[in-house]
Amino acid sequence: MNTIALDPAEHHVKRLPGDLAIWFFILAEMVAFAVFFSSYAFARAKNVEMFNLYQQTLDRNLGALNTLLLITGSWFVVLAVQAAHRDDQKSISRNILFGFLCGGGFLTVKVIEYAAKFGAGISLSTNTFYMFYISLTFFHFMHVILGMVILAVLWKQSRDGAYGAHNAHGLESGAAYWHMVDLLWIVLFPLVYVMR
Amino acid sequence: MQYKSQAVAKPYFIAAIGLFVGQILFGLIMGLQYVLGDFLFPAIPFNVARMVHTNLLIVWLLFGFMGGAYFLIPEESETELFSPKLALIMFWIFLVAGAATIVGYLAVPYATLAELTGNNIIETMGREFLEQPLPTKVGIVAVALVFLFNITMTVLKGKKTAISLVLLIGLWGLAVFYLFSFYNPANVVLDKFFWWWTVHLWVEGVWELILGSFLAFVLIKTTGVDREVIEKWLYVIVTLTLISGIIGTGHHYFWIGTPEYWQWWGSIFSALEPIPFFAMTVFAFNMVNRRRREHPNKAAVLWALGTGVMAFLGAGVWGFLHTLAPVNYYTHGTQITAAHGHMAFYGAYAMVNLMIISYAMPILRGRAANSNRSQVLEMWSFWLMTVSIVFITLFLTAAGILQVWLQRVSDTPLPFMVAQDKIALFYWMREWAGVAFLIGLIVYITSFFVSGEEKAS
Repeated sequence: MNTIALDPAEHHVKRLPGDLAIWFFILAEMVAFAVFFSSYAFARAKNVEMFNLYQQTLDRNLGALNTLLLITGSWFVVLAVQAAHRDDQKSISRNILFGFLCGGGFLTVKVIEYAAKFGAGISLSTNTFYMFYISLTFFHFMHVILGMVILAVLWKQSRDGAYGAHNAHGLESGAAYWHMVDLLWIVLFPLVYVMR
Repeated sequence: MQYKSQAVAKPYFIAAIGLFVGQILFGLIMGLQYVLGDFLFPAIPFNVARMVHTNLLIVWLLFGFMGGAYFLIPEESETELFSPKLALIMFWIFLVAGAATIVGYLAVPYATLAELTGNNIIETMGREFLEQPLPTKVGIVAVALVFLFNITMTVLKGKKTAISLVLLIGLWGLAVFYLFSFYNPANVVLDKFFWWWTVHLWVEGVWELILGSFLAFVLIKTTGVDREVIEKWLYVIVTLTLISGIIGTGHHYFWIGTPEYWQWWGSIFSALEPIPFFAMTVFAFNMVNRRRREHPNKAAVLWALGTGVMAFLGAGVWGFLHTLAPVNYYTHGTQITAAHGHMAFYGAYAMVNLMIISYAMPILRGRAANSNRSQVLEMWSFWLMTVSIVFITLFLTAAGILQVWLQRVSDTPLPFMVAQDKIALFYWMREWAGVAFLIGLIVYITSFFVSGEEKAS
């Protein structure tokens, strides 16, 4: 997930980017979503036609746009971590800010999408497909918000000069979490919006 | 003892153990009533015995939590308790109120008790686990608030650590969620819905934070592993608990009249609830394996490891057994639930209290650890009680599986009481396992009175 080129000097040392605790946390989050995705697959298998029918009501273009926003956001965060390894202070906070803005874009698009669905009277109790659509995207939505809170903290800290070539630990931890938010969407989008 | 004011924990621990004995005695009475329905009738009917058994459990655990907090917080905050006097006053109020409530349950019919205690002012009684009369409920809130004030002020004036922060969140959560016991809407669906906010969000939410912080504290003290490492684990455990436990409440919303999506939400999130308990087990063993010192209190370390394993088995594994909606459709309200309840409460909350008592009591009595003889006896009681609860759980699980089959799955389902008669053998075996548990408890209490060469503090 985190494909940052290490400093030549660091090449020999295998090092976990970020804190071990954040990786436990990420693992737990991914397990939670994995159970959710499996439940979706299980429920869909029992009623493929209904799932296919209502899947067509989802706006795939907005979903694709959001995929683009999150991937771009992740790219900026990668650039921020690389900048930290180069000790390029200005670039760290700038790229974190861009990552944050991509998250904001995602939320905006999602709200537009939700407004259309809720406006049409769709709720958790409409049918099983919509139950999964709303639940999965909403839980993911909350994770984007948490990710943005983390990015905001990192942005503030980076402006105070907290990160650099020898001190990228916290930044890497936050970046890893942000990549997870991205990764989850990359599974969620095809699963719920696209796959027939 | 590092701080003089930690001494207020002692009466709390003693009361906790005393009430624990009461809980077990009433457990044995109702265990016998399962097979000899008339036993002690009409003096102590089954429903009263059950109420006393469960209420004593809650009250002794609360005594343990409060005692534990009074011991832990000054040491973590590196300062004396804000007001030891207040802590002692609250102890007596809580003890007298608790005892009066139990006497009330036993002395008069429940309906009369409700009339006598002003249940008509706010109707809060008659709901499982929250049966306490209004004055007791108000008393619990008052005691809890004063207690929270006392320890929060202590933390505020002293050092703030991750352990004391997590403990404070857990204890504040405990008080806040108890407030839902006052909310009793006429709509029975809403009633049940919010009833679980106390019951579930206690044991599968904020109490786990209390458990985690007690465990972390004792592990720091007994293993000498860096605080930084232990605190990181604590954060991970807390996060896992909250991710799974909060929406996991949904596993109680399958069949009470709530929307269908709760069957998915409840199943999915509660299926994850074993993970924080598993993390606690790994945490405890990992820290003990990496220990940098040999603490003389071997018994406390045994309880710490034990609570990790038994909480995982009882709360995690036995909870998972019947947490998925399609399974729960058959098992709801059977002996499977009772099996889970027994091992989970013992493994998670009885044992963590016994752990903090085991660690703190010798220190409160002026030594680092009890004599070897005393510790050996305490370890015997650990094994007697733990093995007994394993058997109680296994027998109840067997009874539950048979009950589900005879009463709900079979082509010719039997009425409830007929099915109960057919599984009586397992109730007898459970009762004997309960007797063994009581023996374990007697051995435990005896260990406090055994002298021998003590380890200096």
